[in-house]
Amino acid sequence: MNTSFAWIKAYVPDLQAAAQEYTDAMTLSGTKVEGYECLDKNLEKIVVGEILKIERHPDADKLIVCQVNIGAETIQIVTGAPNVKEGDKVPVVLDGGKVAGGHDGGPLPEDGIKIKKGKLRGIESNGMMCSIEELGSSRDMYPDAPESGIYILPPDSVPGSDAIELLGLHDVVHEYEITSNRVDCYSVVGIAREAAATFRLPFHPPVVTKTGNQEDIHDYLKVRVEDTDLCPRYCARMVKNIKLAPSPEWMKRRLAACGIRPINNIVDITNYVMEEYGQPMHAFDYDTLAGHEIVVKRAKDGDEFQTLDGQLRKLDGNVLMINDGEKEVGIAGIMGGENSKITDEVKTMVFESACFDGTNIRLSAKRLGLRTDASGKYEKGLDPNNAEEAVNRACQLIVELGAGEVVGGIIDIYPVKREEKRIPFSPEKINQLLGTDIDADTMKGYFKMLDLGFDEEKQEVIAPTWRQDLERQADIAEEVARFYGYDKIPTTLPTGEATTGKLSFKLRIEEIARRVAEFSGFSQGMTYSFESPKVFDKLLLPEASPLRRAISIMNPLGEDFSIMRTTPLNGMLTSLSTNYNRRNKNVKLYELANIYIPKALPLTELPDERMQFTLGMYGEGDFFTMKGVVEEFFEKIGMTEKLHYTPECEHPFLHPGRKADIICKNTVIGYLGELHPDCADIYKIGEKAYVAVLDMPSILPFASFDRKYTGIAKHPAVTRDISMVVPKNILVGQIEDVIAQRGGKILESYHLFDIYEGSQIVAGYKSVAYSIVFRAKDRTLTDEDVNAVMKKILNGLQNLGIELRA
Amino acid sequence: MKDQLEKIKAEALAKIEASDALEKLNDIRVAYLGKKGQLTSVLKSMKDVAPEDRPKVGQMVNDARAIIEEKMEAARKELARKMREEQMKKEVIDVTLPASKASTGHSHPCTIALEEVERIFIGMGYEVVEGPEIEYDLYNFEKLNIPANHPAKDEQDTFYINKDIVLRTQTSPVQARVMEKGKLPIRMIAPGRVFRSDEVDATHSPSFHQIEGLVVDKNITFADLKGTLAEFARELFGEETKVKFRPHHFPFTEPSAEVDVTCFKCGGKGCRFCKGSGWIEILGCGMVHPHVLEMCGIDPEVYSGFAFGVGLERIALLKYEIDDMRLLYENDERFLNQF
Repeated sequence: MNTSFAWIKAYVPDLQAAAQEYTDAMTLSGTKVEGYECLDKNLEKIVVGEILKIERHPDADKLIVCQVNIGAETIQIVTGAPNVKEGDKVPVVLDGGKVAGGHDGGPLPEDGIKIKKGKLRGIESNGMMCSIEELGSSRDMYPDAPESGIYILPPDSVPGSDAIELLGLHDVVHEYEITSNRVDCYSVVGIAREAAATFRLPFHPPVVTKTGNQEDIHDYLKVRVEDTDLCPRYCARMVKNIKLAPSPEWMKRRLAACGIRPINNIVDITNYVMEEYGQPMHAFDYDTLAGHEIVVKRAKDGDEFQTLDGQLRKLDGNVLMINDGEKEVGIAGIMGGENSKITDEVKTMVFESACFDGTNIRLSAKRLGLRTDASGKYEKGLDPNNAEEAVNRACQLIVELGAGEVVGGIIDIYPVKREEKRIPFSPEKINQLLGTDIDADTMKGYFKMLDLGFDEEKQEVIAPTWRQDLERQADIAEEVARFYGYDKIPTTLPTGEATTGKLSFKLRIEEIARRVAEFSGFSQGMTYSFESPKVFDKLLLPEASPLRRAISIMNPLGEDFSIMRTTPLNGMLTSLSTNYNRRNKNVKLYELANIYIPKALPLTELPDERMQFTLGMYGEGDFFTMKGVVEEFFEKIGMTEKLHYTPECEHPFLHPGRKADIICKNTVIGYLGELHPDCADIYKIGEKAYVAVLDMPSILPFASFDRKYTGIAKHPAVTRDISMVVPKNILVGQIEDVIAQRGGKILESYHLFDIYEGSQIVAGYKSVAYSIVFRAKDRTLTDEDVNAVMKKILNGLQNLGIELRA
Repeated sequence: MKDQLEKIKAEALAKIEASDALEKLNDIRVAYLGKKGQLTSVLKSMKDVAPEDRPKVGQMVNDARAIIEEKMEAARKELARKMREEQMKKEVIDVTLPASKASTGHSHPCTIALEEVERIFIGMGYEVVEGPEIEYDLYNFEKLNIPANHPAKDEQDTFYINKDIVLRTQTSPVQARVMEKGKLPIRMIAPGRVFRSDEVDATHSPSFHQIEGLVVDKNITFADLKGTLAEFARELFGEETKVKFRPHHFPFTEPSAEVDVTCFKCGGKGCRFCKGSGWIEILGCGMVHPHVLEMCGIDPEVYSGFAFGVGLERIALLKYEIDDMRLLYENDERFLNQF
């Protein structure tokens, strides 16, 4: 909300603060000022000039030479402006002064434009006459300005006086961020009340006087509210013998400062009161109302209605409408109808000042796609007690501006009066909540400044109906805190029972995942949780793949962000692709983020959110590099179970001969592999890429921080190397299984030291060599000990069709 | 005999003096001190010495041996020193040649910021907890004092799965989930992903991270909230950092505040970074609304609490002076490797 500082000062006449000081103080007391604009910025040495004489420039057809009376003297100014004539009073910027902008009305330069005297085609010019654009404004705000040319001031302007003052530009427009709970502050009066309290100054709101002739509005108009649930109050007053005219300068200036274009006295008054009281008003042409009747009721589904902007709107049964005796004439609280709008021919009109249900207006405006200044105010939920005062204020302005004759009386449909709220006052509890020691009288002083009532006898704060945010003790505490000053409240630390700060087991495991990944050269990426349903095709998933069962977002930001991901792969591959496309070499990334697996679709309960530890890389390294990182992680989180890697697994996005599920105690806890070349093509990754995806919830049960020291071996180890001829289809994993199962207690470790296929080996076989280490804790092993175990191992290997190499 | 000894000694010492290699020293040792060496042969000729003179001669031989050995050892050390020096001269390297680094990976800037925040609050006794990212409307809104049709619901641009389930718009629902469990006192922070339907641009992302903080206990005051967040700001942004609390409105806290910290670029003098104000807004907070406590089964007459919410990306962007939020989700290594 933008508001003229001068307007605020009109109701807080003692307010002397400069724009910045006001901004800071208001922000600290809770009315946040986002910024401000000085309307006289870069307007320097600009006075009223009277054009005494105009002559043609001897050497230029389009220039004229003017003698201008600027009070103390008469100066010569050369101008190209076509619209001035002798006797005109105009704004003149003197030598050494500044204007805000160029005559074309383009963006204003930060430091304005300096004006110096000089010669135009050889004739001396000692200043410049200004257009409204040069003064930093526009014809929108000064409708009487000519389309192009010098702004003509009123004839009674005094030469030499401050033209900026005359134009009402010595003002500041503050931009407020009003929070949704302070509906009352969406108005000049509301902000002024806060300003008065902030600066501890008296508040003088407008004094509304009684208006109206001897007639009674009830003789002219009938009002009936059928849907009272959506219209708690409806006030109507009437004005006849309307004389449309421009509004006076002060009103135009205040409206312009709020960003509202002045139009004519009637329109301006409705806008003025809306800004001043925060109460939207609507004016109907009385003569267009069939049956001279107003009926407030819901529209019928499928009704069509032409609003006063000429658009045809489709209505539904939840839109509240203003009707006359026969037809719809306005969408309540949103926009009036073309059929009843005020035209230049208007003679008699009805002022509506009503209170509509905020939620209904908000939802209707949203459905209609029609959010107006009025609906913006209504949707916050207005105080019905404000409506009557506002319409009376409008009528007062009608009289003051001589815009018409106000008909006596008011029609006021207000079945259930909204009452003030009473809140028990306990200064102890307020101090206890705030951690302060403020005395009760000081608190009561704040209430008084804010126009809150106080019942001494019952010790209750009485919250006026415009303060619908005040409901209980905590709300009162905030009022106290605001005016005591948030900055004055002490700073302490919570006392009481000590608590232990900690990470959950899950988060500690994730921390280790990050550490291992980063030590292994992988950097952490982050990708979105939602993606396009097209990713399933990119990942070559078959139609029946369970990964395709994803949760859809009802209102996504487009198809690309429309489903919750069921696999982290697309994010990883997209990131690798981005890097590849940007020619980054040897890229290694990891991500720790959730996938979302629905228990049933459509969703009836929250889905399973599964944390995935995803690694991806291209460039240096291969399948076994990736496998190494994965195993390092398992080791670091204390997984002692033996892992199995099985190439018999799904994952169509992986190379069919270079992929494996990782299995721990019959549970698949993840997978890894080389990216399928087709998939790499789709993601435009031009190198071999490898990924690993670890399902953290499956891994957690196997992780542990328990470590037990086993003693450093005292007795020597015995190492046996075996070299085998192995059928090609046997995996080394199977050999290791045999060694592990048959090695017994004395088996310490084993490792592959050679694997070979080629000319010296019979086709269909490969040569594999293992080094096996045995050790006993309590004695030095004998050959017999080792031989016995080796025999078992060799037997086992023979069962697989493996033979020892000679 | 004595002269002979002196001669042997002098000869040996001269040869030691003249030797320029360890092998030569060794030859000298063999020649004089060895089994068949000259000194040894003197000892062997002891049988020709009168028995009463033998101890004296023995002494003389031993003295000569000691002197030669001492000299020999000194010469050996000196030679070894020289050789090592020679060796090291050959081993001179150009220390300005590039390092061969073990290339480790990098944490995401958001994670670094998060770990900072976690470290601070864990130190103050806060537990780190998590909640679901896909959340019931009930927890995301209703239990936070944002009933159906509340305008704040619109303000948050919520992604809906259906009318009862949303992508959480804030980490605040974790508050309600923890309070409902009824285990008091509570000191927790809840970091995590949140979602709002904002189009992607330099300052907006439909998915970002927040950290929610909550303390509920007896006698928790607004002053405690101020003290806690002032401490947090100093830890995060430096000892000199000041905080400013401005009144604000959140449906689930009362009184509520927005918190500014002194601009860490200019220290509060005002610069382009803080748009001349000297202050930067970093978080929202307040005393837990009594109705929120009630809805979670906590008696507001006995307990009070405070809550705060920080945007992680905001902290990361500010702290690391990242000018475009999109960089955080592109995962370009050249970006990530700067952290």
